[in-house]
Amino acid sequence: MVRVVRVERSTGSIDRTRERGTMPWPLGIPAAVAVFFLLVPLVAMLVRAPWSGLTRILANSTVLDALRLSLLSASAATVASFVLGVPLAWMLARARWRGLSVLRALVTLPLVLPPVVGGVALLLAFGRNGVVGKAIYDWTGFALPFTTWGVVVAETFVAMPFLVVTVEGAFRAADQGFEEAAATLGASRMTIFRRVTLPLIGPSLVAGSVLCWARALGEFGATITFAGNNPDTQTMPIAVYLANESDTDAAIALSLVLLLVSVVVLVALRDRWLRQGPAL
Amino acid sequence: MSGAFVRTTTSPTVLRVDALVRRGEFDLDVGFDVQPGEVLGVLGPNGAGKSTLLRALAGLTPLTAGSIRLGDVVLDDTATDTFVPPADRPVGLVFQNYRLFPHLDVLDNVAFAPRSQGVPRAEARARATELLARFDLTELAARRPSQVSGGQAQRVALARALAATPLLLLLDEPLSALDARTRLDVRTQLRHHLADFPGPVLIVTHDPLEAMVLADRLLVIEEGRVVQSGPPGEVARRPATQYVARLVGLNLWRGRLGSDQRVVLADGGALVVAPADGLAAGDPVLVGLRPSAVTVSTERPEHGSARNVWPGRITGLELLADRVRVQVDGAPSTLVDITAAAVADLSLAAGQRIWLAAKATETDAYPDRPPASTGSAG
Repeated sequence: MVRVVRVERSTGSIDRTRERGTMPWPLGIPAAVAVFFLLVPLVAMLVRAPWSGLTRILANSTVLDALRLSLLSASAATVASFVLGVPLAWMLARARWRGLSVLRALVTLPLVLPPVVGGVALLLAFGRNGVVGKAIYDWTGFALPFTTWGVVVAETFVAMPFLVVTVEGAFRAADQGFEEAAATLGASRMTIFRRVTLPLIGPSLVAGSVLCWARALGEFGATITFAGNNPDTQTMPIAVYLANESDTDAAIALSLVLLLVSVVVLVALRDRWLRQGPAL
Repeated sequence: MSGAFVRTTTSPTVLRVDALVRRGEFDLDVGFDVQPGEVLGVLGPNGAGKSTLLRALAGLTPLTAGSIRLGDVVLDDTATDTFVPPADRPVGLVFQNYRLFPHLDVLDNVAFAPRSQGVPRAEARARATELLARFDLTELAARRPSQVSGGQAQRVALARALAATPLLLLLDEPLSALDARTRLDVRTQLRHHLADFPGPVLIVTHDPLEAMVLADRLLVIEEGRVVQSGPPGEVARRPATQYVARLVGLNLWRGRLGSDQRVVLADGGALVVAPADGLAAGDPVLVGLRPSAVTVSTERPEHGSARNVWPGRITGLELLADRVRVQVDGAPSTLVDITAAAVADLSLAAGQRIWLAAKATETDAYPDRPPASTGSAG
């Protein structure tokens, strides 16, 4: 049996009619609850924000230091992730070794690993008595934990997989016909990689880097575990957490800054995420 | 000639191919030579192995066995374990869909090869500019590949390949990405440009007209084997396989010559053929017959002069430019070309039983023999 549905055929309204028609109404209620749940905290923050004292709070030197440290360390972590992660992504996408899928699972584990666990693991590896850290300390007298370098290491550990996963997908999807064409034109493998492969996946490199940077900027668990909380290692998220204990207004003000950064990132990646269909 | 061909004019380079490439169930096994300045058209149906052959010559697919030599240079030889990678081969390949780099403008696409060979940017661009001028592309230098037409992209691809100063030029279905109208223009230009190239040229195609117009010699490949090789006119006149016969629009039957010029056909039926030199009773022969040389009647022709008369049933009618091609099932099954007026007068329709007639003098019987190998090794 065929059910006949009347559809408004006047120009322009067809799409709207279809959209309304495809949504089964019982889904509407949980969907509305979800929207409410996701938006209310953000609205609450905007409502409760100490707008009049905002500049005074943000001009505070501790806040500025935390902001500067966050921006610098997240940027450093992104550079490190790019330099190490792009070649790794290429290897995961193109090499044909046995066991590569296991390796892929292992190196992307930090995507799902609780960051605090990552921090503990980093301490066991690069701490003064860590598996690798002890050798470094014995040799150079330098230990990573509780230094600004430690912040960068913790952020890189957590954020790099985001870049790797994004870029690997792009390497996989890239048309290798262009690389073959470059080879027949006399380009060496490195030239092909530099002048053909990388430019072709440019948008994904940008997206992966932005994603990685945003993740590094918001990093809390691994950073506080591995780098602790001292003037050299107090990033914005840690500052927010600590301020929230004593000075709510300061916590809100700092949070607003991070919210602003998030919005900027979202706008930067809008083509990737605000488009319909699967991302990454 | 301009600078693009300087290196290629130093010594004449013959291409000698004796190649076996195995890819799963399929294998390509061909041997042939191409002389400097000669344009070899490689013709064959889809999946015949034409593109595999080009990939092997360019080094994108290594040989399973055999060798490829270009002049004195061994590009691939499994006997001596020699393999020159694609980047080091003096081989230019124009891909079917051109594969122009979408992130580079036309100028930098053409400058890509010299840049890859270590030529400084300014000099590479100067060389590319010169090539663009030769190909009438100067105005497009700053455009991206997505902003040029199909015919222009074809020329850019050729210019880009020539910028690497190759000794051997390969073109994979160079006109297939173009619409019918541009194809004619581009074909003429392409012929002109290829005439300037001093080395061997291979053009892969499945379009017989393209092959006839562009090539000096044809190599027909089917299922990974060379089935025929020769000048385009010869191949068109005396096709060796059903595939080529279909392409050039000929009826072709395989059979054995009996006494009285009667050929018993392998797929049923018999035809009386015109006497031909060098054929003796008992020889395997191919019989060619133009569709327009066959006449149709609705009743058995009683008093005609035609030596061959046979019944059949119409299985299809197809309107060609100025005539109707009638497919007739019978012994032998035949394609017949008649005028639309004749179709109307005889009220022909699919399923109808008719009689066909053909004069013996219209047939062309020639030896059916495996193609002579022109390769360097057997």
